[in-house]
Amino acid sequence: MTKSELIARLAEANPHLYQRDVERIVTTIFDEIASALARGDRVELRGFGAFSVKKRDPRTGRNPRTGETVSVEGKAVPFFKTGKQLREKLNVGGGS
Amino acid sequence: MTEKTITRAQLSEAVYQEVGLSRNESADLLEAVLDEIAGALATGDAVKISSFGSFSVRSKGQRIGRNPKTGEEVPITPRRVLVFRPSQLLKKKINDGMTAKRSGGK
Repeated sequence: MTKSELIARLAEANPHLYQRDVERIVTTIFDEIASALARGDRVELRGFGAFSVKKRDPRTGRNPRTGETVSVEGKAVPFFKTGKQLREKLNVGGGS
Repeated sequence: MTEKTITRAQLSEAVYQEVGLSRNESADLLEAVLDEIAGALATGDAVKISSFGSFSVRSKGQRIGRNPKTGEEVPITPRRVLVFRPSQLLKKKINDGMTAKRSGGK
C-alpha cells in the first residue's frame, strides 16, 4: 500500500470528507512525526509502535574496495519499535 | 537534554490545527490512519509512505534460542516481524535537525 492508496482507502471510508482534507490529514501526521524526530523527540503510539532517534558515534571505517581508512561522522538514525498489539496482530494464528 | 515524548494527543492536535475538523474527529482520523496501516501489514502487504519511509513484514523461520538466565535451549517459533526503513529524506531531516542543535541553532 502506498501513501496515495492509503489516502484513497481513508477517503472511501469517510465519504463526508474531501479527498484533499484526507490528504492533508495523512501528510500532517507523518510531517509531525518527522519534525518531532528532527528535534530529537520520541513518538510513542501505544499499540502501534514507537519512533525514536538512535545516535551513532563517529568511527573509522574502511573503503571495502581499496582498504583505505576513512573517518565516518557520527550521525542520528530513525528507529521504529513495533508495538505489542501490532506485533500480535501480525502473528495471529501462529504466524506463517 | 529536553527530549519529549510525542503521543496521539499531540498528533491529533496537529491534525485539528491543520485541517479544521473537530478535535474528536481529528483523533478518530489519526486512529483510522494507524488502523489502515496495521491492517495492510497484517495481511502481509508492505506500506510505503513517500518521503517518510516504508514498513514491511518479514517472515522468520524457526530457530533455536537460549534463555539467557538459565542457559536453557528453547525453540523460537516462526514469526512475522515488522521492519521500518526510513526514507533518505527522513534520515536527512533528522541529521540536519541534529546539526542545527549542535551548532546552537533552534
